[in-house]
Amino acid sequence: MSDDIYREIILDHYRNPRNKGKMANPDVSIHDSNPLCGDEIDIHLKVDGDKIKDIKFEGRGCAISQASASMLTEMVAGKPLTSIKDLTKDDILENIGLTNLGPARIKCALLSLKVLKLGMVQYYANKDPASAKKLQDDSKGL
Amino acid sequence: MMQKGALNVQKIREDFPILKRKMSGGKQLVYLDNAATTQKPLAVIDSIHDYYMNYNSNIHRAVHQMAEEATLAFETTREKVAKFINARSIEEIIFTRNATEALNLVAYSWGRANIKKDDKVVITEIEHHSNIVPWQILTTEKNAKLEYIGVDDDGYLKMNEYKKHLDSNKVKLVSVTHMSNVLGTIVPVNDIIKMSHEKGIPVLIDGAQSVPHMQVDVQKMDCDFMAFSAHKMLGPTGVGILYVKKEILEKMPPFLGGGDMIKEVHKYETRYNDLPYKFEGGTPNIADVIGFSAAIDYLNNIGMDRVREHEIELTKYAIDRITGVKGVTLYGPRNTKDRGGVVSFNIGDIHPHDLATIMNDHGIAIRSGHHCAQVLMERLDVSATSRASFYIYNTKEEIDKFIDALDEARRLFKI
Repeated sequence: MSDDIYREIILDHYRNPRNKGKMANPDVSIHDSNPLCGDEIDIHLKVDGDKIKDIKFEGRGCAISQASASMLTEMVAGKPLTSIKDLTKDDILENIGLTNLGPARIKCALLSLKVLKLGMVQYYANKDPASAKKLQDDSKGL
Repeated sequence: MMQKGALNVQKIREDFPILKRKMSGGKQLVYLDNAATTQKPLAVIDSIHDYYMNYNSNIHRAVHQMAEEATLAFETTREKVAKFINARSIEEIIFTRNATEALNLVAYSWGRANIKKDDKVVITEIEHHSNIVPWQILTTEKNAKLEYIGVDDDGYLKMNEYKKHLDSNKVKLVSVTHMSNVLGTIVPVNDIIKMSHEKGIPVLIDGAQSVPHMQVDVQKMDCDFMAFSAHKMLGPTGVGILYVKKEILEKMPPFLGGGDMIKEVHKYETRYNDLPYKFEGGTPNIADVIGFSAAIDYLNNIGMDRVREHEIELTKYAIDRITGVKGVTLYGPRNTKDRGGVVSFNIGDIHPHDLATIMNDHGIAIRSGHHCAQVLMERLDVSATSRASFYIYNTKEEIDKFIDALDEARRLFKI
């Protein structure tokens, strides 16, 4: 099973994360952690109109959580905000090619999506309370 | 009758049905997470079963036959616990849910009555969260201070820092672990207690990792409080033990109010029960306390000195083998005389949770994470470690399998 998890692409994103680092003057910055593992992810966003103009993440933790965050940033950069609203956990698991994780490790894979959704909650809080509420509910299921 | 010589591990393993279990992929279980909880011998499982099948009753009150049988079995465990750690009497043995609750009992009862503004409580950087958070809560509430004894790079406490704290003359309690659940460090509790007592300061020992693995004598050690857990020493979950010197216990206010801890209750006042019952409000975990009795018998039958010798041998073997693996960083004292059967490490840039997943493929159960010791993780400047921990049923062959799995992890991560 580990051979299926720790594939070249996961190790590559773990060791050479994309879009990793700080961001000057982000529109949204949000942090969360996984108490089970101690994985931590920060996501910073710059929003331009209806699009994600720039995204960066910071974090530390296992290969699954960090590779997943790196791949998520590539997935959503430049995309419309509405597409993030609709992202599901299956989208993420398919994106990273790990559809067979057990209940403990799946939390690692989904931490970055949770943080991203919480970031959008912050962004929509005043602008669009209904969307903020939906995103908040989504994030609870992750 | 106590046995002599090296443990007959193969015979011991037959007493633990779970060790025959095959894990997913058909691999034989290799259980190396004993610092978290140990497995239970059949005698313990049978004893709980027997209670529920044959004499399930509430204790201490009813006069029917089953209640008498249950009370007797429950109180017999208390006697065995008192003897096991050489307490003066059963009045000094309080049953709680776990070691955490035992530590909290001291903080809430003794602590609230004795810790005042600007007083200091001294703990160490190697404590489990259960011996940190209750003191943070207490010292915050009382505007008192929480101070730490640091740990050096080899995993030993900085005793000069301890001496400095004591010299401040503000310390009202010292609370230290007897053995680190991460580094395995066996703390020089005798020295710590002696130095503290010279200043008239009481000492609480967290014995969760030591009482299961070595002979512990509370009178010889002269600690004032000691907390430990049944489930880390072959017993069931849900049973903790707090030992308190009787002269201290006599002055402590009650912890949980309710049934069983009282003598008389009137509209506006209560007369509390005798020791130790004053500190055991509500129906306790009767079945599991009774089950714990069988665990103590099992350990007594082996003899704690032999338990310790077996673990020293395994730990020495594990350290020898793991230091030969490329990329490994090992934490804690190298001298097995100063450490228990706990081996914490990191390997290359493999996160402990990834390593634990790879180990799991081989049927090997190890622990990964911060081990409820985030203060120590910060001190070591790591977010997590992997930990293998041993007990009486573990073998060198299992350590070999563990090393093979480490090599497999190195292959996957190309280290």
